[in-house]
Amino acid sequence: MVRVDGGGNGTSLIRVRDLDKRYVRGSEEIHVLQGLNLDVEAGDFVAFMGPSGSGKTTLLNLLGGLDVPSSGSITVAGDEITALSGAKLTAWRARHVGFIFQMYNLLPVLTAFQNVELPLLLTRLSTAQRRAHVETALALVGLQDRMNHYPRQLSGGQEQRVAIARAIVTDPTFLLCDEPTGDLDRRSADEIMALLEELVNEHGKTALMVTHDPRAAERAHAVLHLDKGALVEATGGRG
Amino acid sequence: MKFLRLVWSNLTRKKVRTTLTIGSFVVALFLFGLLVTIRGAFSGGVDVAAADRLSVINKTSLILPLPISYRERITGIEGVRGITFASWFGGVYQDERNFFPQFAVEPQSWLDVYPDYVVPEAEKQAFLADRQAALVGRALAKRFGFEVGDRIPLQGTIWPGTWEFNVAGIYDGSRPDVDTSTFLFRHDLLEETRQFGKGTVGWYVVRLDDPDDAVRVSAAIDEKFANSPYETLTQTEQAFAASFAKQMGNIELLVLVIGSVVFFTLLLVAGNTMAIAVRERTGELAVLKTVGYSDRAVLGLVLAEAVLIAGQGGLIGLLLAKLMTLGGDPTGGMLATFYLGWDSIALGFLLTLVVGTAAGLLPAVAAMRLRVVDALRRV
Repeated sequence: MVRVDGGGNGTSLIRVRDLDKRYVRGSEEIHVLQGLNLDVEAGDFVAFMGPSGSGKTTLLNLLGGLDVPSSGSITVAGDEITALSGAKLTAWRARHVGFIFQMYNLLPVLTAFQNVELPLLLTRLSTAQRRAHVETALALVGLQDRMNHYPRQLSGGQEQRVAIARAIVTDPTFLLCDEPTGDLDRRSADEIMALLEELVNEHGKTALMVTHDPRAAERAHAVLHLDKGALVEATGGRG
Repeated sequence: MKFLRLVWSNLTRKKVRTTLTIGSFVVALFLFGLLVTIRGAFSGGVDVAAADRLSVINKTSLILPLPISYRERITGIEGVRGITFASWFGGVYQDERNFFPQFAVEPQSWLDVYPDYVVPEAEKQAFLADRQAALVGRALAKRFGFEVGDRIPLQGTIWPGTWEFNVAGIYDGSRPDVDTSTFLFRHDLLEETRQFGKGTVGWYVVRLDDPDDAVRVSAAIDEKFANSPYETLTQTEQAFAASFAKQMGNIELLVLVIGSVVFFTLLLVAGNTMAIAVRERTGELAVLKTVGYSDRAVLGLVLAEAVLIAGQGGLIGLLLAKLMTLGGDPTGGMLATFYLGWDSIALGFLLTLVVGTAAGLLPAVAAMRLRVVDALRRV
């Protein structure tokens, strides 16, 4: 159950309270997020929509510990990440967050296998253990037969699948997806969304997704609109 | 080691650029290897001179002689373990271009004072037995194809006439950097045959009981002959070899200047390449940070890349230089000890790694400071 009124019961996986983010550009201060509240339960699939510049990606960056808020707090699975900084925040990110980008952001010099393995190189897993994890993740996204292909040898949809495998290979607490279908044709986009749905519904993942695509948003349990720096629950979604 | 594949993959991204950068290290370190070899060859015995040997020369000039009677008087000084002497001959073998140093020496004492010269016992005995005998260094023998039993005629320039010698033996160095381009023959033959200069020697070499005693013994020798017609200048063999080498000019400075320019240029080339490589990969570095690579890890990856480029190029360049020096002196006698030691190769490799690290440092720090949010926005 997703709530935006700050009235969560304390069992939420992700709890955001009074989140503010301001930027200063020249002499102008831009207030991107204003007193934002959010509660997301484990296993939820939330879509954020809103016009360009409304702060969707900023919110995602804050939730993923890539950026720090001007004020307010974010707590994930009991850890207040807004109190973390530097190396601790990076380590937290490695353990808890799987990122999926619009442009896939695979390293072109590495094969699909090696791209998926990247986050695991930071762990203490042995080579054999890493191999097992990577093969499982690639099998889950249906690319076990493409693991030695380089990104340039894959279609856009396949690249995004590799990116998803990279995001889930460490078994993170939640997934953050920034326009995951934004660069794909309709068919590939549907396939990616079906995969995300499967991860949430069948594997119990929690996913938060920014999208402009109403068809993609429909797959989510809840669709939230960002308006003037605050979240508004919208109709739609399957929740 | 598990990150090596990642670093290596990045090197294969722009193969031409990586090859050219590695190539610049190859050329630079090849040049370094040759410069060090040439410096070593010019400074000749400086680096290999023994600490327990003193050279005694005429205080006025190296080319002026000393009386042979000094031998007994020097031997009597406390701390002197052995003494020998030599004279420069300056003969010509067939053609003036075939230059090589020839010394008239006192055979037994010379070999005692210079254990660095290794001669088979039978050949040593032959040298001691025949007054026309000569000992030829391995490099010299190789250069002219001299063999034991050959008869070598030298045209005297200081003492005119044709001087004939029998090659009694060929000596090797106890270490690779010992000069084996010299021709040694017996001083008693010179003494007996020469028309002038009898009763004199070119210089003495004194072997000490204790190398730490060099200053005291040097002073004692020079004091003994002070205010005589033949005053002496006694110095360690190293100082003697250095002053001898300086007659050729300040090779050390020349090598230092060229070497510094080469390494500085290398730093600029490699630094620029690494800066471009990092700029091109801003987005990818941001992705690495996003998935959990710390600032330090990113710094390490970029530095490792720079060091790997430098290390490969440096190693190839140094090994090529080593290969070239294995052929021996390419000048036909000017650079007798044309030898690149493994210690110099290790030094060159260390310098390579330092330059590689320095070249990668600024781009690596830039990568480390990269803000993920800003970088991802540019992807």
